[in-house]
Amino acid sequence: MTNRKSTNWTSRDNAMLRQSLHRGATRRDLMKMMMAGGLTMSASGLILGSATAAYAAEPTMGGMIRVAGATSSTADTLDPAISSNSTDYSRICACYNRLTFLDTSGDPQMELAESIESDNAKVWTINLRSGVTFHDGRTLSADDVVFSLARHLDKAVGSKVNSIAAQMSEITAVDPLTVQITLDAPNADLPVILSLHHFMIVADGTTDFSAGNGTGAFMVEEFTPGVRSVMLRNTNYFKDTGPYLDGFEFFAISDENARLNALVAGDVHLSSALNSRALRLLDATPGVTADASNSGNYTNLNMRRDMNPGESLDFVTGMKYLLNREQIEKSVMRGLAIAGNDQPVSPANRFHNAELAPKAFDPERARHHFEKAGLLGTEIPIVASDAATASVDIATLVQQAGSEIGMNFNVDRVPADGYWSNYWLKAPIHFGNINPRPTPDILFSLLYTSDAPWNESRFKSESFDTKLVEARGELDFARRKEIYDEMQVMVSEDAGTAIPVYLSSLDGRSEQIGGLESNPLGGMMGYAFAEYIWLNT
Amino acid sequence: MNGLILSVLLQRLGIALISLFIVSLAVFAATEMLPGDVAEILLGQAATPDAVAGLREAMGLNEPAIYRYFRWLGGLLTGDMGTSYVNDTSVASMIGDRLSNTLKLAGVAALLSVPLAMFLGVTSAMFRLSPYDRIISFLTIAVISVPEFMLATGGVLIFAVYLQWVPALSLASEVSSFGELLRTFALPVGILTVTVSVQMSRMTRAALIDILSSPYVEMATLKGASMPRVVLKHALPNAIGPIANAVALSLSYLVGGVIIIETVFNYPGVAKLMVDAVATRDLPLIQSCAMIFCFSYLFLITLADIAGILANPRLRT
Repeated sequence: MTNRKSTNWTSRDNAMLRQSLHRGATRRDLMKMMMAGGLTMSASGLILGSATAAYAAEPTMGGMIRVAGATSSTADTLDPAISSNSTDYSRICACYNRLTFLDTSGDPQMELAESIESDNAKVWTINLRSGVTFHDGRTLSADDVVFSLARHLDKAVGSKVNSIAAQMSEITAVDPLTVQITLDAPNADLPVILSLHHFMIVADGTTDFSAGNGTGAFMVEEFTPGVRSVMLRNTNYFKDTGPYLDGFEFFAISDENARLNALVAGDVHLSSALNSRALRLLDATPGVTADASNSGNYTNLNMRRDMNPGESLDFVTGMKYLLNREQIEKSVMRGLAIAGNDQPVSPANRFHNAELAPKAFDPERARHHFEKAGLLGTEIPIVASDAATASVDIATLVQQAGSEIGMNFNVDRVPADGYWSNYWLKAPIHFGNINPRPTPDILFSLLYTSDAPWNESRFKSESFDTKLVEARGELDFARRKEIYDEMQVMVSEDAGTAIPVYLSSLDGRSEQIGGLESNPLGGMMGYAFAEYIWLNT
Repeated sequence: MNGLILSVLLQRLGIALISLFIVSLAVFAATEMLPGDVAEILLGQAATPDAVAGLREAMGLNEPAIYRYFRWLGGLLTGDMGTSYVNDTSVASMIGDRLSNTLKLAGVAALLSVPLAMFLGVTSAMFRLSPYDRIISFLTIAVISVPEFMLATGGVLIFAVYLQWVPALSLASEVSSFGELLRTFALPVGILTVTVSVQMSRMTRAALIDILSSPYVEMATLKGASMPRVVLKHALPNAIGPIANAVALSLSYLVGGVIIIETVFNYPGVAKLMVDAVATRDLPLIQSCAMIFCFSYLFLITLADIAGILANPRLRT
């Protein structure tokens, strides 16, 4: 470990290294990358050894661990439909399963389904795995799947994915192990949609979800909303691999420092959502480390295209050139971010348009556009709030950069409580914060089509709307990618939403924990960590 | 004397009922002024207008809020605190466990802090302006001036992270032996004791010094009574009224105001429950918590007044 310190190598770099490994970089690529960064051959080798140690280790069986989440309240639930945060997701991933799940590279893999097929992307046939049992001993059948999916259509359930599920016009059990879903229009994304946490499969007829009766790797031993939950290994789990742990206790520590202290003091083994400020402390403490993951959450600067000054495309373009993305990435986010190119499909998504480069910071060019828009020198308010991560810092950077080219931005900092109902979508220039969504289709229909409920900048384009419908029904991956690439360019150029960076999250763990990998659905392996990790003793 | 205490009790009971009603109205009005309602907050980033309308309908939030308030009030009068909007369980069962946790913590902290504060307050009044008094004054004011979260986080850093004597979290559920109980509670109780007792000891000292400068105390001293006798026998009974009030105020803080300690140590008590309830706009739960805090405050203040009457002969007539 001494080498790590002498080369100023931090666990953040370790985390980045692991991410590159996931993306398929070879050991030689990485050595090259580090030596270009000024490290000697031997130091690089050592670092690579420690960064990749988690891979080499063999899973060990047994052990109880404690995991600390970031938020918890009396609203905690084991009902997948209304689950809303990392705490809920961590629990439901342990006790239920989905039909499909997303692997590290964002491709859907089968879980409770054996296959999901369609010739026209409209009528889908799902074959279920046989011999899977719920915790109460009942066998999984098509009725359970029909019940689990149809629930989301009932407004009274309050499902978070009601609008996504609404396209399933018919869900029927063909035989005990076959389900047929008919969509109201073709959608090739169905296998990915079914991997959302909310589409976990529950037992037919369940009304009280507090027992967490699913098919998952862990059974609920205790569940007290807002306090804690204890889960123990399901000995009848249908997968051959995992779970390795005997069980785990999950609770949330809402205070960021307390969460970090608990990890450093050894009271918890995993601690989610740490601040990048914690990196140095984590490095100085033997036995703990951190993993960064980027699933595409972003804070964006919205300029409404139906109001002054965002009506002028020149103003919007000028603002995009005025964002110093590198500084936001390196200074504001302390490296825990990836530069964005003003469109919502992040590099974690398999449809990300990698050729669309982020706009470079260019005050002169920005000035040219502001001048064309006739806005140079006028006072322009920007609404920012702690509710949208890092927005106050980003607004201040824009203000400073603006003052150097004769633009007069006024940062209007407003309280976090009530921000989303009072300012977001409403103010002419304001910040938003959007959670990752698994498909471009969901992102675009939620945020960019002419009738999108959250069209943050009131972007309207008929050809965009047509392309979206065309891509949705297209089963050929290459063709879809082509259409989505074009749409990303359209949003990046014409929409009033500047997306400077995609934010990464930082999870801390004890070095005794092995098997943790990154996932496009979020930190802690898309919150499904429980069945994959093990405890080295 | 018994008659006086009875009339104080009856009067207080009347005032308590009126206060509770006014508090519930004020809390209701404040909750109504908060932006967003429970349906919007539960749906979070899935709160499209359509979904919110559907959930509101299903949760019965479409009727005017004032009806819901009076339904909750009516329920309370029959001993039913209502059902949480958020997770559909009874408010009574949600509060039950949390309240016992809070009372455990508050009880232990009170047992330690009251004697400590009395001792410090009385001794520093006895030896006022001596180096001892100055050191105690300096330390108590220093502790009062440092915000509680600093003390708590600093305590965790030193005792849990570096020295590793105690756990960083107080997991009440893990306690199975007396030794573990001590280890688990040591830090939160220690910090609460320190923060609460400094306030009480300052008030005790001030009340006692006030009495000690009165003519009858001088008289007692001139008659040759020893220092401890003057303070304990002559001065202290007259100071019990204000001291008891200071103690009551500090203890009522232990029931409802320890949100920072609960947050830092992740201790599941009622203060955090109420903050959760406000964050999710869960009206029945907010109201019930507010009632408990208000009631405990009134109860302790009444106790303090009775203690004052019992201790002071002049009030007994």
